[in-house]
Amino acid sequence: MNDATATAAPAPAAPESPTAATLHRMRRHKGFMIGAGILAVMVLVGLLAPLLAPHDPYLQSLAKRRIPPIWHAWFYGSPRATTLHLLGTDQLGRDYLSRMLYGARISLAIGLSTALISAVIGTALGMLAGYFRGHVDAVVSFLISARLCVPLILVALTVVALVGSSLMTLILVLGLLLWDRFAVITRTATMQLANADFVLASRAAGSSWLRILASEIFPNLANAWIVVLTLEMANAIVIEAALSFLGLGVQAPLPSWGLMLAEGRNDMFFNPWIIAIPGAALFALVLAINLLGDGLRDVTAPEGRGGALA
Amino acid sequence: MARYLVQRLLLALGVIVFVSALTFALTEATVDPALAVAGEGATEEAIQQIRRQYGFDRPLVERYLGWLGGIASGDLGESYRMRRPVADIIGEHLPVTLKLGFLSLAFAILVAIPLGVLAAVRQNTWIDRFALSVSVIGQALPNFLFALLLIIVFGVNLRWLPISGSGTWQHFVMPTIALGYYAMPALMRLTRSGMIEALEADYVRTALAKGLSPGTVVFRHALQNAILPVVSLGAVQFGFMLGGSVIIEVVFGLNGLGYLARESIRRADLPVVQSIVLLISFFYVVLILLADVLNGLLDPRIRSTGA
Repeated sequence: MNDATATAAPAPAAPESPTAATLHRMRRHKGFMIGAGILAVMVLVGLLAPLLAPHDPYLQSLAKRRIPPIWHAWFYGSPRATTLHLLGTDQLGRDYLSRMLYGARISLAIGLSTALISAVIGTALGMLAGYFRGHVDAVVSFLISARLCVPLILVALTVVALVGSSLMTLILVLGLLLWDRFAVITRTATMQLANADFVLASRAAGSSWLRILASEIFPNLANAWIVVLTLEMANAIVIEAALSFLGLGVQAPLPSWGLMLAEGRNDMFFNPWIIAIPGAALFALVLAINLLGDGLRDVTAPEGRGGALA
Repeated sequence: MARYLVQRLLLALGVIVFVSALTFALTEATVDPALAVAGEGATEEAIQQIRRQYGFDRPLVERYLGWLGGIASGDLGESYRMRRPVADIIGEHLPVTLKLGFLSLAFAILVAIPLGVLAAVRQNTWIDRFALSVSVIGQALPNFLFALLLIIVFGVNLRWLPISGSGTWQHFVMPTIALGYYAMPALMRLTRSGMIEALEADYVRTALAKGLSPGTVVFRHALQNAILPVVSLGAVQFGFMLGGSVIIEVVFGLNGLGYLARESIRRADLPVVQSIVLLISFFYVVLILLADVLNGLLDPRIRSTGA
């Protein structure tokens, strides 16, 4: 759909297709557009990191440690700040901008893969419970209760510390821990949909339960599902940063933003920018994903609005 | 009601046993406890002796049941690292975490409820927008990052507050704000939506029609109804804060349960780690149970469906 049909057709005489109407609402939702914009930039930066990064993010240089970012030359007259290192260098003389760009990859990879793993687990459990009810539901509900009682950060810390931290362990552990919200929403939605006419019709036509769940029920709960996906993605990114910050997540020398915050902590009293830069990036990424999620919820379910920037 | 309670209690007990088994299996299966006790550089002979002495050569299930039996009689085992009863060690660290948890919950509620009520009463004004912005920022700002910002501004630049330790009440100000701010957005949003719903209800219109002042109606009629789910959510959030305080405790050097957990995890001190995880799960279960029962007592619809 192009702009002209969407914006120039306020009259009820020209009914829009549902897709066009949704796209139209998306474009008018300020929070959604800001979130989508920031996230698109971050994804691009992450994908193109090898092309964009001016230096090798792992290259250390003793002579070039803690060069302040370029704006220190503009505002404070710092003689060391240089356009060669726009965001300065860290404690080991590595180019901060390059590390930030590669860091975006780590945050996004962890956020997306974790959310997808937990989505598969949670959606399978929730849909089975909602469709079959009875004993299946009792077991799934028990698992959800048990999951909710597990202290997330502590257990993640413990497992990662004992198994040995790598990107893969981190993704698996968080994926196995963050499925509860998916299970809760798909369970409720499946229960509501299981007796809808189109489901009964499909069953009468001889469809298997797997087919009914996949092609009749899932498309109808996909909107709520995507909102949870964004939520858990943000959640996973924050937890990764927290674990890395505690020294038990992504391991040096990988440039995780959480790890950069931890490494900069002892320096932050003298060089606040050393934590301000990764901190701001982390905040912007999580904010963008949350705004996108809130926006999606508003746009796909217009009756339940309430985003801050709506 | 009795049947509902019994059902809930049994479920809670089952959850606790399940979680404890999972924690035990997960930790014991990934680390050789004999190695952890012996420390680095121990001879094979010494390790074998420790294995027999501590009973690590027994099957996993047997050791788990022994551990569970010990817990039932109040014995949480002995720390590998400190060679002291785990119960004593936890007893020393728990008060700091509980204090931090209660203060943070109080802070979150004291900010969230007035702000939520104001946002609902002055819907779609700048106050409403301000409240929503505060909650959106709160959800996007990781609490350890917020803690670092507080340290830079109030600890280093303004020098108003101490940045590390737990000696005086001033030491708790920044940790409380950092941890409480994390629980605040959810409480605020729930207060706001509950108040909006309550203010549109018939009994509010009746109260206004019979000439009560708007202040009385908002606080005595609407808020009383809107606040129940907020209280349940507050109970659950308290559990989350006890589990999540590890980061805040590490950042501010508060020697509580979270700090102990992190040190014990680093040194593979399994009895301490297992006990802390179990204790916090137990707190969660109790708090969620309380929230459920509270809801059940106050809302007969929940009891009858048993959901």
